[in-house]
Amino acid sequence: MASHPALKAIRRELFASRTDGLISLGLLALIGASLLGLLRWAFLQAQWVVIQANSTLFAVGRYPLDQQWRLWLLVALLAMASGLSWGLLRAIPRADRSGVLWPLNDRIALALLAFLASWAPAALGLSVPLQARWWLITALLLAIRWSAGRWGRRLPPRLLKLVPLIWPLLYLLGMALISGGLGLVRVPPSEWGGLLLTVLMASFAILASFPLGVLMALGRRSELPLLRWGSVVYIEFVRGAPLITLLFLGQNILGFMLPGGLAPDRVWRAAWVLTFFCGAYVAEAVRAGLASVPAGQQEAARSLGLTVPQALQQVVLPQALRIALPATVGQFISLLQDTTLLSLIGLLELLGTARTVMANPDFLGLTAEVYLTLAVLFWCCCAALGLGSRALERRLDPTHSPA
Amino acid sequence: MLQLRRLLSASPLLLALVMGGCADEGSGGGGVQSEKMATIRSRGKLVCGVDGKLPGFSFLGPDGTYSGLDADTCRAMAAALFGDPGQVEYRDLNSSERFAALASGEVDMLARNTTKTLSRDSAGGNGISFGPTTFYDGQGMMVPAASGIASLKDLDGKPICVESGTTTELNLADRMREQGIAYTPLKFQTGDQTYAAYLGKRCVAVTSDRSQLAAKRSGFPDPDQHVLLPVVMSKEPLTPASINGDPAWADAIRWTVYALFQAEELGITQANVAEKLAEAKANTNQADLRRFLGVEGDFGKQLGLPADFVVQAVTAVGNYGEIFERNVGRASALKLDRAENRQWTDGGLIYSPPFR
Repeated sequence: MASHPALKAIRRELFASRTDGLISLGLLALIGASLLGLLRWAFLQAQWVVIQANSTLFAVGRYPLDQQWRLWLLVALLAMASGLSWGLLRAIPRADRSGVLWPLNDRIALALLAFLASWAPAALGLSVPLQARWWLITALLLAIRWSAGRWGRRLPPRLLKLVPLIWPLLYLLGMALISGGLGLVRVPPSEWGGLLLTVLMASFAILASFPLGVLMALGRRSELPLLRWGSVVYIEFVRGAPLITLLFLGQNILGFMLPGGLAPDRVWRAAWVLTFFCGAYVAEAVRAGLASVPAGQQEAARSLGLTVPQALQQVVLPQALRIALPATVGQFISLLQDTTLLSLIGLLELLGTARTVMANPDFLGLTAEVYLTLAVLFWCCCAALGLGSRALERRLDPTHSPA
Repeated sequence: MLQLRRLLSASPLLLALVMGGCADEGSGGGGVQSEKMATIRSRGKLVCGVDGKLPGFSFLGPDGTYSGLDADTCRAMAAALFGDPGQVEYRDLNSSERFAALASGEVDMLARNTTKTLSRDSAGGNGISFGPTTFYDGQGMMVPAASGIASLKDLDGKPICVESGTTTELNLADRMREQGIAYTPLKFQTGDQTYAAYLGKRCVAVTSDRSQLAAKRSGFPDPDQHVLLPVVMSKEPLTPASINGDPAWADAIRWTVYALFQAEELGITQANVAEKLAEAKANTNQADLRRFLGVEGDFGKQLGLPADFVVQAVTAVGNYGEIFERNVGRASALKLDRAENRQWTDGGLIYSPPFR
């Protein structure tokens, strides 16, 4: 009867016996009922006007309206860089990649992108020119993805090697575009907010805490006592204090310690606190990775004539970091969620924005809509981090890597 | 957390001890010498500490601007200082860090629904300097209109929803014990849970500050079905504040707020202030009005403010009555009565000393 393999799998997993079948039916009914309830609420009762009216606030906070073209430019550049990298990844076959131009995953991603670009701007109630901007940006991404996939193989290899450099350059350029200076109007960090501030804080802390963590992990295993004890004190101090305490310390005590004006802006203070906090945990994850590399590896590398730094860089660290990767990414995901604590020190990141929106007398009582939107946004960011980490794991897997 | 709060509340004291020696130098001479006002001027912006998440008092609108009664106090100060209400940098502060932020100079002033109390005012406590109260709040009680409950006595033996661990909970216990009313407190960790329980009819009444009850009520599905009982169980005079030790700056705040009160008393509004100014300029007999609007005399100079600071403040935000109605009064979603916040001429507590 059930000939299709999918039907067979369903039968085997859900309806193997009578008891199994009953439990499955009960659970399916429960899931269906709650889904129905959620859909009924979302489409009939929820007042999404609170999200529509405040969509700019959720996206960029109080970023001045007349300077927002800089953010649009940044988004467009990001889309172009993504398209290029995506296309080239598919075009250039490597040991861990199939070399198929449009694998199934990409087709799903394409459909998802097309759906998001046509649905989200309209659902947010954006004006037609703003909707058109999103369509254009999506079209740009897909066009570059298509052309990079098609002609990427013909590019000279020397040029191809430079492509990954786009990303750090784009990050620096993005920082400059967001904060201004060098001829652009300065936009102080106190006016950054919403998703922009959340992503900025998290990305800064992630990028800065990783090298810090690696250094501290190496320091903790060092044979120089001063270095070792310095690392131990730092790691244990940071791990011994809750993040919110450190954030309060950063916000309130620095003002007393440094004369007025010398203390860095409160947003940057918070960013550095996040960095130092995350760095300590990354250090422990990396130390676990280092400990799992057999001592023989280091000895073998040394006996081949490599210096200690060379042995570390070429032999020990690549293995240690690969092992530490899942724990480190877990730390990064939790850091991204920890940015919500910034709302407690008065920064208007996503949660802070949500709380001030819910205090607007025009939107009082619409808490469920706001929190659900927040949950979806955070889920998307964390899912992206998770996807990236899995791709990196595959890439670093020794069974795939080129000889 | 408790440890942290204790540390933070003690830190202004520490600062006062450390800075005690050098504070005298700046405030000695005659005329107006204010280190704070000099800092604000050279910065070109007033840094104003607000709650930022309190309906009717301070919150962000969809266009990224702050609104509310507290935000308008900041704007009035900026207008008085710079002639431009936009020269404000708002800083959202939570209740545990507000005094530390003030003491460390992170913010120039607080307009953050802060209750004026002895221990916050005194040098041995938080040591901050309060201006005139801009909103007389008090703990109230909300009940369903259909319940027929008209006073605290009617709540005898009934469950009351309250947020746990707040002064609200303690005040409720005190008042009920005084009047010998037995009741069942239903305690919740957060405000959201408390009001959800009330709406779910798990209790017949809910208690909090009256302004917050009104704000929550406006978010209910049917706001008209709930009424505030005419009882006030605590005194919560919400008052702007600045750091102790800079009397000139405290005076500037004090008299700018009084000017908003006085403008209402004199019938000067945002709409007619230009007209009144022209009238004062034309008519030399109106000495009071001329002095108040800065046409004559040197009130501004005495405070270290521009001569027309009253005109600028009223032009920016209107008089006190207009600020109240726009943000928390009948014209707003909160729909609060003026009650204690009426002018003294109407039997309220809003009273400006004479501008002489």
